[in-house]
Amino acid sequence: MTTQVQTASASRAGILSALFAIALGLGIITLTGHVQAAALHDAAHDVRHATGFPCH
Amino acid sequence: MTCATQPAFPATETMFSRILTSALFAGAAAGLIAALLQLAFVQPVLLHAELYESGELVHFGAEAVSAHPELPGMFSELTRDALSVIFTMLTYTGYALMLIALMSVAEGQGHKIDGRTGVLWGLAGFIAFHLAPGFTLAPEVPGVAAADVYARQVWWFATVAAAVVALWLIAFGSSIVSYVVAALLLLAPHVIGAPEPDVFTGPVPTEIGALFAARAFGIGLVAWVLVGSFAGYFWQKEAKHIAATA
Repeated sequence: MTTQVQTASASRAGILSALFAIALGLGIITLTGHVQAAALHDAAHDVRHATGFPCH
Repeated sequence: MTCATQPAFPATETMFSRILTSALFAGAAAGLIAALLQLAFVQPVLLHAELYESGELVHFGAEAVSAHPELPGMFSELTRDALSVIFTMLTYTGYALMLIALMSVAEGQGHKIDGRTGVLWGLAGFIAFHLAPGFTLAPEVPGVAAADVYARQVWWFATVAAAVVALWLIAFGSSIVSYVVAALLLLAPHVIGAPEPDVFTGPVPTEIGALFAARAFGIGLVAWVLVGSFAGYFWQKEAKHIAATA
């Protein structure tokens, strides 16, 4: 019983961590690859082209 | 409350810091290699294309144009190249975060994650994030005609999301239904079609455009295989580190 509770809470911690990491990763590639603000676009221009993001 | 056995990774913060630490190492290392490869193999093609985009060179003008003009050498624009390196490392760190998050879920279901199996994860990442959207929205050389950028971004994210789900179903699904759904998810974005420009205005020779797309895909494949393998390696290394310091 205790083991089951622990396993359940461990896996919930795992899922929460995974979801948060996915959100963070998605946020980073949105900033580096997709946000059209001029400064970001110019700084990341070559990377966006080379990495296959829609650039402008 | 008494605990008979210590669970391996009880707290969310331990789990999250393990994901974060291994993603930072894997993403920074693979991103640095990717950036150097891009500077060596993709950037010269991009700079060549920009000579046509700016009108300095004209394709199909009165005179034939040399295919080998004087190009600025590697590292000729230090700030520009440094920014490219930083943004490539950031981008691959973002990829690594998502990849390792999914790896941790798979490991929780009993699948083996290490540097060797990470190669397969990297291949899957390349297919989902680079090849699947690039199959219809080909890597764009500067100067190409393209539809509205927001419409293309929506299509890009939808295609990547569909491909991620499809590849997960192929890797971990166990029934014919999951494979059929996966095939439909992979096909749908390309059958529906990506936003396309109304007219073609690209001034860049097709030779340069084709080389650019091939190089972008090639470096993308190398970088993704590296980030996948590094991710699996650092994921296990962090586990040992946490176990040793617990």
